[in-house]
Amino acid sequence: MVLGMNTRASDRSPNRRSFLELFLGTGIVASLISFIYPVLRYIIPPKQAELGANLVLAGHVGELKPNSGKIFRFGSRPALLVLTADGKYHALSAVCTHLGCTVQYRPDLHLVWCPCHNGKYSVDGANISGPPPRPLQEFEVILKGNDIYAQRSQNS
Amino acid sequence: MSAPAKIRNWLDERFGWDQLMAFVRHKTVPTHRFSYFYFLGGMTLFLFGLQVVTGILLLMYYRPTPDGAFESVQYIMTQVPFGWLIRSIHSWGANAMILTAIAHMFSVFFLKSYRKPRELTWLSGMILLFLVLAFGFSGYLLPWNMLSLFATKVGTNMAAQVPLLGHWILVFLRGGPDVTGATLTRFFGFHVAVLPGLATLLIGLHLLLVQRFGMSVPPTVEAEWKVDPSKVQELRFFPNFFLRELMAWYIALAALGALAAFRPWELGQKADLFASAPAGIRPEWYFMFMFQTLRFLPAKVGPFAGDLVGVLGFGAAALVWTCLPFFDNDKRGRGKRWIAGAGVFALTYFVGATAYAYLVAR
Repeated sequence: MVLGMNTRASDRSPNRRSFLELFLGTGIVASLISFIYPVLRYIIPPKQAELGANLVLAGHVGELKPNSGKIFRFGSRPALLVLTADGKYHALSAVCTHLGCTVQYRPDLHLVWCPCHNGKYSVDGANISGPPPRPLQEFEVILKGNDIYAQRSQNS
Repeated sequence: MSAPAKIRNWLDERFGWDQLMAFVRHKTVPTHRFSYFYFLGGMTLFLFGLQVVTGILLLMYYRPTPDGAFESVQYIMTQVPFGWLIRSIHSWGANAMILTAIAHMFSVFFLKSYRKPRELTWLSGMILLFLVLAFGFSGYLLPWNMLSLFATKVGTNMAAQVPLLGHWILVFLRGGPDVTGATLTRFFGFHVAVLPGLATLLIGLHLLLVQRFGMSVPPTVEAEWKVDPSKVQELRFFPNFFLRELMAWYIALAALGALAAFRPWELGQKADLFASAPAGIRPEWYFMFMFQTLRFLPAKVGPFAGDLVGVLGFGAAALVWTCLPFFDNDKRGRGKRWIAGAGVFALTYFVGATAYAYLVAR
């Protein structure tokens, strides 16, 4: 009986039926979106303010021997301070531009090396061999008394 | 009526117990020169069950926080009675499960068991294999040591190479732009809730399909049996095949116990977010072929970044591999030659690149 009534109703007013279907359909889709959207937003964490701004203390004079390097914190990421054999300081991002491992200074090669996939950079961050696609970001080194600071350049 | 008969009667009236038992009684397994490969699926299932049991036991002590994870695993390994055994069996068992799952996949592939009507069985099996690898990847981070930290950095960064969605996937996996304690929390959730739920559903489907179609007989054996039907041999599943499988499970458990005792799983050094990656860093053996490929690739392949080419290449290869049964629609039922060739290539590359990574590129 119900089926028969529906058939008759749709015969009489196809517009009303399609309107109801559209109404119901959009209602269901809209409600599904309203269920899914908060979940999608929930799984992406809120952005956190970067700690440490643009200038950080990287180390002290005399802490590094010539031809060596050390990791220091630049905000929430690791960075590398290198003292070359000829006594020059370099500060670089220590996050490999290939797949994000933390690089280190190799005194035997006089290079910055990523052990994950054997990527190599010069001490000023240029990618010179292996898979890294881009140079490491270089920071400006500022000497203030006995302290060595690394500063993000203004345009990066 | 005796008590067991009463219980049986009660069950039969409610869900057709006798009918179910009749199915089990009539189920058979074909016997031929490749029959041993039929054990691999059941073995993988057993090892999965073992992971569930040992995993639940580890949950009694494990703490999924950056300050507590490493220490809690250390506590399990050194203080908890038989903690070393449970944790080592979990780690060795995970590797064994991945090994048998991969062996199961290749045996199904080369025996052409994926042919019509078993394409969906293959498909569900491939998704299960990806889930097993995801189990391995997420579980690897949980002890929160240096190796696992950098493996996770690299692995999640590879996912970030996916065009358009890459960054979104990276943030979703890491719980932020970097690998931190938030990543550990997420991976823990994936490892103990999301993946087990999905895997249980898919294992149910996979087993249902296997029961529905029965064991596949390789085309060469099938042809011989067609010529001479007197050669057809079958074994009753219960108890004959089942007892044999049970014996194999027993041996596997003994082997894992021995490995746990003589080669307890290492804990390594606690993860330090601000330390250089240690020299000699590498992933688990089942990701080694990918790792080695990424080392082979230069920074630029033509106009594209090397890692992008690598990641997209592996994605495409995995997709094609998963869909192979749908291309293998040879009328004679023998399967196409290029597909067998692709299988030989895949196996050779997997073994070759893995061996190269361990033996040459140390």
